[in-house]
Amino acid sequence: MAVLNQSSATTKVKLIDARGPRFSAVITTLVLAIALVTQSAVLIALQLVVFAIGAFAGPAKTPYAFLFKKFVKPRLKGEVRTEDARPPQFAQSIGLIFAVVALAGSLLSIPALFTVAVGFALFAAFLNAAFNFCLGCEIYLIAIRIIKK
Amino acid sequence: MNSLTPLVVVLVLAIAFGVWYTRTRGEFRKKKTVNGPKLDASVIGVELGARVTMVQFSSAFCSPCRATKALLEDMVKTMPDVHYAHIDAEANLELVRKLDVRSTPTTLFLNSEGVEVGRAMGTPKRSQVLAAVNAIR
Repeated sequence: MAVLNQSSATTKVKLIDARGPRFSAVITTLVLAIALVTQSAVLIALQLVVFAIGAFAGPAKTPYAFLFKKFVKPRLKGEVRTEDARPPQFAQSIGLIFAVVALAGSLLSIPALFTVAVGFALFAAFLNAAFNFCLGCEIYLIAIRIIKK
Repeated sequence: MNSLTPLVVVLVLAIAFGVWYTRTRGEFRKKKTVNGPKLDASVIGVELGARVTMVQFSSAFCSPCRATKALLEDMVKTMPDVHYAHIDAEANLELVRKLDVRSTPTTLFLNSEGVEVGRAMGTPKRSQVLAAVNAIR
């Protein structure tokens, strides 16, 4: 079948514990919420580093994932559900973009830019934490439909 | 600007969106008029089912796609007149645009002619799939 390419959608994937990214989203939500209220560029800079690690090395390599493995996972019972590492990695890259924009807003003394960028990142992180929202599912296809001719 | 207002605005919007998102994911939406393009095995890679064909579009950055695929593959085993096709959206963008698929997973329900009668976005429940399939003659 020449038109069909099944390669990348569901095969050959790196699997991680599905509860890890959800836990990380809770911490991210708290950090972003505090940063939004206090307009803290330092907190955003720290979160930016976490996003960058998640985006480039993978969501299982961040400090939040370390906290999850060290303190949370040993206390959890029940069956371990695994998921593909790529969806949370994609979400981390989107978070990274918002953190860069927010930090730029802070450095250029444009508080509105900081607030809007942190607001969007918080919106997505909160939805992920509270509703298991899948950012990649909703925006990735739209994005490539626009980008690829 | 050390205020709680932006935080409250974001949280209220996110909760409203989250409730809507949770309610609508997996829901079968029937098309008002069944007038889409006729799909066949040369397009979806699988022979049409005698009654229904479910065509799922997936992408790489989508965790619920795996769960949806597992569910639908399991369900067609007991329904001989229903077929299942799985398509990588990114590798088939032309088809994605033609059928206006916007998010993943999206599952189209085709009738015996290969025309879409409705679709579900997100992972449907077993009961939602059954109801959708049973409503198609």
